[in-house]
Amino acid sequence: MFDDRSPIYHQIAEAIKNDILSGTLGADEQVMSTNQYATYYRINPATAAKGFQQLVDEGVLYKRRGIGMFVSPDARDMLLSQRRDRFFADVVEPMVAEARVIGIPLDDVVARIQTLKGRESA
Amino acid sequence: MTLDIDIQNLTVRYPGVTAVDDLTLKLEGGKIYGLLGRNGSGKTTLLSLIAAFRRVTEGTVLVDGEAPFENERLTQQICLVRESGDIVVDGDSVKGILRRSRRFRPQWDDEFAQRLLDLFQVPLDRGVAKLSRGQKSALGITVGLASRAPLTMLDESYLGMDAPSRYAFYDVLLEDYIENPRTIILSTHLIEEVARLFEQVVIIDRGRLVAHDDTESLRMRGAAVVGPATAVDDFTTGMTVLGEQRLGGTKSVTVFGEIHPDARAVATDWGLELSPVALQDLFVHLTKGDPA
Repeated sequence: MFDDRSPIYHQIAEAIKNDILSGTLGADEQVMSTNQYATYYRINPATAAKGFQQLVDEGVLYKRRGIGMFVSPDARDMLLSQRRDRFFADVVEPMVAEARVIGIPLDDVVARIQTLKGRESA
Repeated sequence: MTLDIDIQNLTVRYPGVTAVDDLTLKLEGGKIYGLLGRNGSGKTTLLSLIAAFRRVTEGTVLVDGEAPFENERLTQQICLVRESGDIVVDGDSVKGILRRSRRFRPQWDDEFAQRLLDLFQVPLDRGVAKLSRGQKSALGITVGLASRAPLTMLDESYLGMDAPSRYAFYDVLLEDYIENPRTIILSTHLIEEVARLFEQVVIIDRGRLVAHDDTESLRMRGAAVVGPATAVDDFTTGMTVLGEQRLGGTKSVTVFGEIHPDARAVATDWGLELSPVALQDLFVHLTKGDPA
């Protein structure tokens, strides 16, 4: 589940964000407690708590005292808009750079995208 | 209930060797600590002093604000299980060991002890001499966990256990720590297996403190810089280099120390990849050199 490439609490936060984006976790749905999470993934509870706290700070989760943590109603929209903002920088630009390095004309890339677009609307 | 540990300028000399060398260390109560060090680095000596198995001669060791040696109030609250096994003695029986622990440990939980013995498949009515190495380790761990001592230290206690038993131990340790928070110190060579259980890590080498930090923060202080050799060399000039590897024109250099966000931006510009280092690799780099 986790690797050594980034802090574990960061990976926990990303995993929960992905669940929200994919719809596995819905608005106002309760998420696992940090203790449940720690036991399940065999990690220190303080590390798990740090991941959850990051999500609370970002407004993705909210706390209900004595009950637990829940998905913010606008979390999915917020995450979608963040991912959309990052899409060109994170996905498209590296793709263009790679195409240049290995000598694929950008026209070919555009043509392929047009084909995929055609299939989608068919 | 949990116990703080405050160690100041602790030194322990054996004939011909300084086992602990002017060590100062503060451990806040209620966390799980990983104590890492090579063989002969002073881990066991350090834990023995905290557990009042030995008298402190230079420096101070305070547990919950008091010196633990010959301090009955404290020694009931401190449990150290050593791999060499002084809880588990040949000639004794499993039942006898549990009976003694029950008498000496105010927070002892009989049901929990029984559950652990079942989990690790240690027969109750057997002499210790007849147990396998793994079963002896499991019995030591059972005593360590079921004592629920506010300060519990396990020194290489699970070395003889096979992988399924060790993972069962990690699970039960975490579960019981969550239900009954206490200060736990684990010393281990199986770093990769347990690193994620540690809230903080203490690394000692040749009796000296090398690092003490949150596990994740410590991990983030190390970085592997990978890319074209010349760019990597330029980038890492002036940094603490722990190790390097070269493959053709590509070079990987492991550095230790904070990397400023500006420097990270430079790395990206230069086509360098920065990635955190596994705790085990960091440990190897920080403690290499002649074995003590």
